[in-house]
Amino acid sequence: MQTLRYDIAAPRAAGGTRPIALVGVVASGNLEVLLERGGPADRCTIEIATTAQGFDDLWAAVTADVVAARGGGGLRIAINDGGARPDTVALRLAQGIRLIEEPDA
Amino acid sequence: MFGYDQAMRDWNSKQAARAARIEAGSRFATGKLVDPADLTSFLEAILNPGDRVCLEGDNQKQADVLARALAAVDPAQVHGLHMVQSGVVLPEHLDLFDSGIAKRLDFSYSGPQSARIANMLFGGKIELGAVHTYLELFARYFIDLTPQVALIAAVSADRDGNLYTGPNTEDTPTVVEATSFGNGLVVAQVGEIVDKVPRVDIPGDQVHFLVDAAKPFYVEPLFTRDPAAITETQILTAMLAIKGLYQPYGIRRLNHGIGFNTAAIELLLPTYGERLGLKGKVCTHWALNPHPTLIPAIEAGWVEQVHCFGSEVGMEDYLRARPDIFFTGPDGSLRSNRAFCQTAGLYACDMFIGSTLQIDLAGHSSTVTTNRIAGFGGAPNMGSDARGRRHPSEPWLRAGAEADPDGPAPLRRGRKLVVQIGETFGDGNTPMFVERLAALDLAEKLDLDLAPVMVYGDDVTHIVTEEGIANLLLCRTKDEREQAIRGVAGYTEVGRGRDKAMVETLRARKIIQRPQDLGIDPLDADRSLLAAHSIKDLMLASGGLYRPPSRFRNW
Amino acid sequence: MSSNLTRQSWYEASARARIAALVDTGSFAEFIGPEARETSPHLPIFDLPRQFDDGIAVGAATMDGAPVLVAAQEGRFMGGAFGEVHGAKLAGLLRAAATLKRDVVIAFDTGGVRLQEANAGELAIAEIMRAVLDARTAGVRVIGLIGGRAGCYGGGSLIAGCCSTLVISEQGRLSVSGPEVIETNRGVEEFDSRDRALVWRTMGGKHRYLIGAVDAYVDDDAAAFRTATLAAFAHPATLDQSVLAAEQARLETRLARFGDAVDGRDVWATLSITDAATIPDLATADFLTAATHRESADDAR
Repeated sequence: MQTLRYDIAAPRAAGGTRPIALVGVVASGNLEVLLERGGPADRCTIEIATTAQGFDDLWAAVTADVVAARGGGGLRIAINDGGARPDTVALRLAQGIRLIEEPDA
Repeated sequence: MFGYDQAMRDWNSKQAARAARIEAGSRFATGKLVDPADLTSFLEAILNPGDRVCLEGDNQKQADVLARALAAVDPAQVHGLHMVQSGVVLPEHLDLFDSGIAKRLDFSYSGPQSARIANMLFGGKIELGAVHTYLELFARYFIDLTPQVALIAAVSADRDGNLYTGPNTEDTPTVVEATSFGNGLVVAQVGEIVDKVPRVDIPGDQVHFLVDAAKPFYVEPLFTRDPAAITETQILTAMLAIKGLYQPYGIRRLNHGIGFNTAAIELLLPTYGERLGLKGKVCTHWALNPHPTLIPAIEAGWVEQVHCFGSEVGMEDYLRARPDIFFTGPDGSLRSNRAFCQTAGLYACDMFIGSTLQIDLAGHSSTVTTNRIAGFGGAPNMGSDARGRRHPSEPWLRAGAEADPDGPAPLRRGRKLVVQIGETFGDGNTPMFVERLAALDLAEKLDLDLAPVMVYGDDVTHIVTEEGIANLLLCRTKDEREQAIRGVAGYTEVGRGRDKAMVETLRARKIIQRPQDLGIDPLDADRSLLAAHSIKDLMLASGGLYRPPSRFRNW
Repeated sequence: MSSNLTRQSWYEASARARIAALVDTGSFAEFIGPEARETSPHLPIFDLPRQFDDGIAVGAATMDGAPVLVAAQEGRFMGGAFGEVHGAKLAGLLRAAATLKRDVVIAFDTGGVRLQEANAGELAIAEIMRAVLDARTAGVRVIGLIGGRAGCYGGGSLIAGCCSTLVISEQGRLSVSGPEVIETNRGVEEFDSRDRALVWRTMGGKHRYLIGAVDAYVDDDAAAFRTATLAAFAHPATLDQSVLAAEQARLETRLARFGDAVDGRDVWATLSITDAATIPDLATADFLTAATHRESADDAR
């Protein structure tokens, strides 16, 4: 098990007021993404717990692309990975950012 | 004038040989009916060493009783057979080679035996003729691979040998036509002997012997995909295909290769397709096995007609209740025909779309790995541009114009859309995009003339992944083609090796289209779009007519 | 077909989606939520990924205005199996229920106890069963809902057996031993675990309803589970000597009546159900009609 950490420049801050959001499930090929607010509005930190070794570059690329596309500034994101593929990772991150930006119920 | 001594040549040798087989076999039969207890002895009597034999291993149905009996013959009496069959499916099909009963093999598909057949080929236990497509092998049955003996499977027979092959008719008429009229011997295993067959699929005078297996032949459910297993990414690729290809090209006539991406397309027609206003404009005429996942689209009125290669376990009653859609006999049950359906896919369809395991930088695609040889089946027939086609259609002409915009229109052939669809990473997180196909390694290992390529790059017109659609018709150079492929290869090494500037140029020229370019937000690709979420939903959509096999039940 | 599109499948829903469908909108306040990061201390030893909530969401909510405590297991994480933290959250919730005299709803979706946390998990099962009985002795209703992919097996089924009401859907399964375990131990002749129709005839929702192991049968529809739960609040939940005696009598009668049955169909035939073989194919309304003479457990919960 290793923990990867990325501190990424975000083009815009995450909107909305929800303090936290959670998407996904830790199952084979899936992942859990917990999003919380905190930290500078122009940065997004992402911490990933994963058992697969040697995919640091891939995680770096995917997380950078999602933040560039979806924003997420001012968020602290924590991931538990169940061996998900990059497209699933990108999807869950995007779902998470969208969810935390949704108006409170 | 040329001095042919016509009196010396025997022009009846094949008929004489067949007559000898019939005489030898008749010792174990009453009329045409062979005693099942004597089946192995019967086969030893009718077969000669070195015979060319077709043992019906179709894609789905298997002449399993005949296969077991053949595997039990004495190799001292029967050896060195040349097996010509579509499918190498049962263990017995390969046991024949282990024991020396068979020596040489020409085939098309070996899915369930792909690992063992690879081992046996590497180990020199099988002399390989060639791996074919279905239609190609059928064609050779009439030229240079005509079977001398065909061992086939039917549902039932009457005592005259009239056969009912039913929904899983598949390859049988083709095999019998070649064998019987090529003066060979036809032996059929049947599930039961009846006074009158429900319909005559094969006339009795083409059949020489029957054996009552007293149980139905074995059929594998290959074309059922559980909607519960469809992922959001597969749904996204389906949305891209529908909006980015089916809609603009106006695809009415098509074939879907089996897979979860195409199952997702089928289940998105009544929902996403409906939203786009496409009913009646696309997906009206199909060359397709009876996929349960097409049921909602059929019930919603999308489909006019389907011709089938074979049947599918559990669909029999549904097919019987939908004769407007499917080809059925006077008895009401489905009539399938692989040879004609393959031909239909080749010449009468404007699009093939299916999945694969590997695509390289030229667009060649293959399902081969170094340890498994699954063969080709029908995919290359479906997934190729039929250059013999002459009748025009809008999608065909449009694709042709995209490929060759500068040529004079009256001399410009159209193109069939051949689409490869899939996620950039497949099972086990292995990348779909590679620099070098495993097929090349296999060709080296087996000393083959050709690497086993499923669809050649110059036939592929589009590639659809979760990253977008690459239109190879619009590429003018090898570099453009390579970057178009890299541009939809996502985070695979191939994808990350892209020339970013060039990919943006290709995007501007619409050679690459991203989901956003088509107005699709990947976040909208969720399971709520599926017209059915489970096998049970499919059953309910069919009004209870679809009876799913046990392995798919959760009720 | 439109009802299939608008109905929310309980089977497919996540644990939190099930809670959201059960309770009054926006009323759920989660205890020890994912942000608390109370994760398993055991899974990293096996190099297995953890989930922030250890696979169960617990908290307080209202249903039709009445305060309740709710728990939902996430069946897709480790098969919904009980671990130390997972079990502790449920045990704590039930103890709170006894103190607060608040009814509890448990959405089961579990294969039993995690092998990696066997001792802690088994202890937790025992603690939870004790907590259920203590809560019920205090007059609290404990309502179990079964309809997820993992079913309700092993220790989970033992807890379910202590609940005051059980609601199940067709896809739901309730049994101590799972199909593969039975086949491994008794042979495929005794039980072919790949014969899924057999599995559901033996442990599935319809059979469990007919044989009196559960109290309500609903569609695979989150709204239907909510309705059945609200109805269950109308039943008293007292646990006393008379209830236990009734349960003993029920089980003795059941054994006497059905002990010789080989297959679920034999049980249903004994219940005077005409055309027992068609039970698995019946839609809910027809099934409930056919089930008129089912075994019930009304006194014995």
